[in-house]
Amino acid sequence: MQVPAPVEYERATSVDDAIAKLERYGPEARLIAGGHSLIPMMKLRLARPEVLIDINDLTDLAYIKREGDELRIGAMARHRDLLESHVAFEYYPIFRDAEEVIADPVVRNRGTIGGSICQADPSEDLSAAFAAVKADMVIQSSSGERIVPNPEFHRGPYTTAVGDGEMLTEVRVAIRPGCGSAYEKVERRVGDWAVTAVGACIQLDGDTITEVGIGLAAVSAQHFRSAGAEDILRGGPATEEQFAAAAAAAAEGCNPSSDQRGPADYKRHLARVLTLRALRRATARARGQEA
Amino acid sequence: MQVTMTVNGKEVTRDVEPRLLLVHFIRDELGLTGTHWGCDTSNCGACVLWMDGEPVKSCTVLTPMAAGREIRTVEDLEQDGVLDPIQQGFVSQHGLQCGFCTPGMMMTCRHLLDHNPDPSEHEIRVAISGQICRCTGYENIVRSVRWAAEHTTSEEVSA
Repeated sequence: MQVPAPVEYERATSVDDAIAKLERYGPEARLIAGGHSLIPMMKLRLARPEVLIDINDLTDLAYIKREGDELRIGAMARHRDLLESHVAFEYYPIFRDAEEVIADPVVRNRGTIGGSICQADPSEDLSAAFAAVKADMVIQSSSGERIVPNPEFHRGPYTTAVGDGEMLTEVRVAIRPGCGSAYEKVERRVGDWAVTAVGACIQLDGDTITEVGIGLAAVSAQHFRSAGAEDILRGGPATEEQFAAAAAAAAEGCNPSSDQRGPADYKRHLARVLTLRALRRATARARGQEA
Repeated sequence: MQVTMTVNGKEVTRDVEPRLLLVHFIRDELGLTGTHWGCDTSNCGACVLWMDGEPVKSCTVLTPMAAGREIRTVEDLEQDGVLDPIQQGFVSQHGLQCGFCTPGMMMTCRHLLDHNPDPSEHEIRVAISGQICRCTGYENIVRSVRWAAEHTTSEEVSA
């Protein structure tokens, strides 16, 4: 029987209240949203907070909307909300691709976007998807709001830029014309972490790639990203040869380890193949050839 | 700490440790053992119940997180001695052998039918993809849900 260690529990009534409680209880307090990352960690005693601050009543953070030239995703939006969001799909089908293979439908009813990326599991899919689309993270504290660009958000496995007394409130993604995106994942079964997964976001001007993002999950890519593959593609033509070169760079630039999900060379192979597939699909979508 | 929630339409209040998982609260504090306690790791889905109308895995919810919420368990499917169509579907299509996964399967599938009254086989398989059955190979569970989709009135169900 897996049971968390003893813990105190309080509910936050607003973002300000959540932050005030984080300040009051100090670094041994943790926010809990869907709980589908934190509670399993608490059962395994890998996490042992002294106080849980439940933010499920902050339903005003559960939005997914377009505001100006940005897609804005509130931290309390659930995985299911992102899966079913028409506005997110319209601009970034990568999110539907990813959400279809994140956990399972019942878990997606509870797990939140903010909780997933703050957990910062090295195999977490949305971290790779957000790296591909170069999302900005909005972090709030009692002294105001700061915006952290994606590469600076992840500091390492299970570690993010969110500090003591701070809370992630929103993810912002610029809406770019001529943009296509896609996510490709290999998993052993429904609900499992990726063996390897790759997200690609590509912006075309005619046949020229003006901007590109490649995100990788589960293969220890720095900041969930392949800057090397992006550099090969940026400014060049959207051709199979370029995609192959970028895919090879993505595979070489990551650092997978062998574990129960497969040997390192297999994961590296997947990184190459999935980068290629994600680039093809993202490009087809940028050209309006595939939904 | 004291928690109050609504379970199957009745308000209940208990004094619990905050770390108590909802599945154990439902089974051990309230004696509603229809909800099963399976893998403990949010993989198997035996513990699925509804919280505020949505299926959730109750091994991954702390009891105080359910305070003030509406919980519905498998015991609430039968009303006034009449089985819900999903229950009758599992009976008539042999949707279970050992029965361990059945309460969770039925709670997820009742929710599916409430929102999609005529689901395809694929939609049913996606809906239950986070739940594990080691007896049926899922084939008869899919048939049970289809049966429930096709028999919605109490006359049809009890016939």
